[in-house]
Amino acid sequence: MRTGVDKPNDTSGTIAPGEVLLAVEHVVLSFGGVKAIRDVSFDIRKGEVRAIIGPNGAGKTSMLNVINGFYHPQTGTITYKGDPRQRMRPYIAATQGIARTFQNVALFKGMSTLDNIMAGRTLKMSNSLFSQAFYWGSALKQEIEHREVVEKIIDFLEIQAIRKTPVGKLPYGLQKRVELGRALATEPELLLLDEPMAGMNLEEKQDMSRFIIDINQQLGTTMALIEHDMGVVMDLSDRVAVLEYGQLIADGTPDEVQKNQRVIDAYLGVSH
Amino acid sequence: MLYRENGQYKTSYAADAAIFPIRQDKIAIGLLLLFAFAGVPLLAIMGAGPFGHDYIFKALLIPFLILALAAIGLNILVGYCGQISLGAGAFMAVGAYSAYNFALRIPELPLVISILLGGGVAALVGIVFGIPSLRIKGLYLAVATLAAQFFFDWLFLRVKWFTNYTPSGSVNSPNLEFFGRALESPTERYLLTLSFVTVLALLAKNLTRSMVGRQWMAIRDMDIAAEIIGIRPLYAKLTAFAISSFIVGVAGALWAFVHLGSWEPLTFNIDRSFQLLFMVIIGGLGSIMGSFLGAAFILILPIMLDQLPRALGLHVSVETVSHLVSIITGTLICYLLIVEPRGFARLWGLVKEKMRLWPYPY
Amino acid sequence: MASLGNFIEVLSGGLLAGVLYSLVALGFVLIFKASGVFNFAQGSMVLLAGLALVRSLDFLLANSMPFAVAVVSALLFASLVMAFTAWVMERFVLGPLVNQDSLILFMSTIGATFIIEGAAQLAFGSDVYPLKLYPTDAWFALQSLFPGGVLVNKLDVWGGLIAAFLVAGLAIFFQRTKTGRALRAVADDHAAAQSVGIPISWIWFVVWLVAGLVALVAATVWGTKLGVQFSITFLALKALPVLIIGGLTSVPGAIVGGLIVGAGEKLAEAYLGPLIGGGIEYWFAFVLALAVLLVRPQGVFGERIIERI
Repeated sequence: MRTGVDKPNDTSGTIAPGEVLLAVEHVVLSFGGVKAIRDVSFDIRKGEVRAIIGPNGAGKTSMLNVINGFYHPQTGTITYKGDPRQRMRPYIAATQGIARTFQNVALFKGMSTLDNIMAGRTLKMSNSLFSQAFYWGSALKQEIEHREVVEKIIDFLEIQAIRKTPVGKLPYGLQKRVELGRALATEPELLLLDEPMAGMNLEEKQDMSRFIIDINQQLGTTMALIEHDMGVVMDLSDRVAVLEYGQLIADGTPDEVQKNQRVIDAYLGVSH
Repeated sequence: MLYRENGQYKTSYAADAAIFPIRQDKIAIGLLLLFAFAGVPLLAIMGAGPFGHDYIFKALLIPFLILALAAIGLNILVGYCGQISLGAGAFMAVGAYSAYNFALRIPELPLVISILLGGGVAALVGIVFGIPSLRIKGLYLAVATLAAQFFFDWLFLRVKWFTNYTPSGSVNSPNLEFFGRALESPTERYLLTLSFVTVLALLAKNLTRSMVGRQWMAIRDMDIAAEIIGIRPLYAKLTAFAISSFIVGVAGALWAFVHLGSWEPLTFNIDRSFQLLFMVIIGGLGSIMGSFLGAAFILILPIMLDQLPRALGLHVSVETVSHLVSIITGTLICYLLIVEPRGFARLWGLVKEKMRLWPYPY
Repeated sequence: MASLGNFIEVLSGGLLAGVLYSLVALGFVLIFKASGVFNFAQGSMVLLAGLALVRSLDFLLANSMPFAVAVVSALLFASLVMAFTAWVMERFVLGPLVNQDSLILFMSTIGATFIIEGAAQLAFGSDVYPLKLYPTDAWFALQSLFPGGVLVNKLDVWGGLIAAFLVAGLAIFFQRTKTGRALRAVADDHAAAQSVGIPISWIWFVVWLVAGLVALVAATVWGTKLGVQFSITFLALKALPVLIIGGLTSVPGAIVGGLIVGAGEKLAEAYLGPLIGGGIEYWFAFVLALAVLLVRPQGVFGERIIERI
């Protein structure tokens, strides 16, 4: 199903599918005395679905927060589109095509589904306060243009029935879908998903998996997802990175990782 | 049965996004505007009913319109953008005194321009006092806005330049003129106020349903998440302060020029700020219509509490009335916060939903 | 030497006036520390306590009760009024709003402020009622160092002593007692506290009662200084900058904040005032608080709020 959203433009112009889109090297992140991430390095290649897994408290969400710019690592480099930097900032990440969903659904609860996803079009819209105040000219034209784009996303995610509902009233599973819609509205090159399947039943998981596959294959969006459901991870991802206690303990294809003894031990709770 | 949307399909996004998408609403608002602009003045000329007396204009309609406008301004800041302000009164003062000084020192300026310029100065001041909101949030911001309130109370009292060195500290508004024609009758003043309020309310409503309005609400609901979709808190908050202060400033100028005629700084003190905040909370945070409902309620309550006992033959002192107003307003606020935080506007929405279903219960 | 003496006079007057603000601020801190609620109504509680006290005292004295007995009875009556208020607040306002956003709770205390102000004046009257519970005469201190001595008001000194006593008592209460610990748990997270069996309704009633009693103490000092009247609520607003500077959760911070605000105000009025026109006291505390917030958004002693998604 085509969504009608154009394939994202490569502003860097030099990252081809298969090449490294984002790399983190020797990242160390601590909060006071607690080391959340200890010297982790891995990369994400353009066009792939990268899973980040590990037991609770492994530092997976912190890793996404570092990529996003919410947390600033004490040491380490983040290289995005060939541009190395010490720290990312949320706004820069947004302008450069990184989008994100959250474990605890960070939607704007007072707004409707439609408004939430429209909010995702912020960076694509530009018109003066003046024309917005009169709701004419370029403001009106852009509202309609972007509404069309958002409606395609709504169709794709099959949330037409709830488009005017305030998201605070939606069940958790639908909220996650709306959040995905909002992330898609930014036309990202790299989409970070934090436990997209959490709290969903089997049908919802199937729907979400379908969306993830479609987004990756039809839009070419690179994705990194944190997920606990092993079935999903094995089926959807191209490569898997495994974290435990802030350290990277395995990195490879799903098959390789599945057979890795250290990974098995980590999940079964065998102490090192 | 009357209030059904069946058969009203929208065939374009523009139609769907209209301010009053339901046909019955469109008709209702059209009739209301017709009555307000044409019907009321006609009735006044004919001397019919309450419209024959000045009282309804001077004591009810004009203050209602101006306070509703100020409430719209405050609602943009508090209800849509989530920045608490306890200093709205100060911004009314800035608008009033700026407009006064423009009109005084540049007599060639048309009245409407002076008032708008007053709003403009208030907007600039609003931006300055909005800068702290980038770092300060919630309750702390509320206290910071009190700094604005008390500072301007003092400024307009002590720095005599603003009041043109009048010995008493109170000033008179310039003559109200519109395109050379003096506006003397209450009806004419009412029409001037109505025009200002209608236009500004429409502009405000448009802003709230545009990109900038969504940015405001995003900042209100979750400002951290807003950044990841590319919303800049700086832009969103400062535009909210600017637009809000502009509207409140214009309301202040109108209050001084059209409603009071002559005024002193105390009319814009902290009691006024609380009054506006109550209008916004009671009427409904984040609702333009709510601002009108809240203003109507707060304005009518003391009048009702004054007239009702008299009608029943009881004598109630002015002080008692003011204490009762306090108690009732406070109780209503607590009640609404518990039962319906979205205020009268939401209650009105519930009434409309019932009307849709009537005569069925659900 | 004379101007140094003058400076010390202004400074000490300011410090002691600041202690008065602290007395009100302590009530805020108490409630915030124990329930996470910013009680805008604290100032109106001071008014209510003061009115209840002074009117019952006048009534009893008019009926020829001996002074000491009348004072004690009046204090008891006022305490009962505050207990009743605490019960009403918990039952009808805070209880129903227990799991709401702190902003909603804050606005409900604004609503409560107006209810309390209206009800207090309706019940007890809205004139100015003089109160004399402490010595109010002047005292010329440090006469050996400064000719004529430094003018200090005995009432202010009493205020300082009472404040010190209250701070010590409250600090011990929070740190050492089981109830104090429970209060801190409630302040952190209502739902979690409830889930471990802490009886929130009772806790909140206790907290508001204690805050009410602190308000009563503040009312005795303020009432003696200015007479019990409506404008006390306006002065109580000054406690807000005190809280900003001292931090919302710090009992000693409330004192330090009060001292800074009190001294700052009086010194600014004395030395800056003549330059810009006088009346600076009106807004100085608030602008000072604003300046502090720009540098430290959580106040001088406050805890940093870390927001996580």
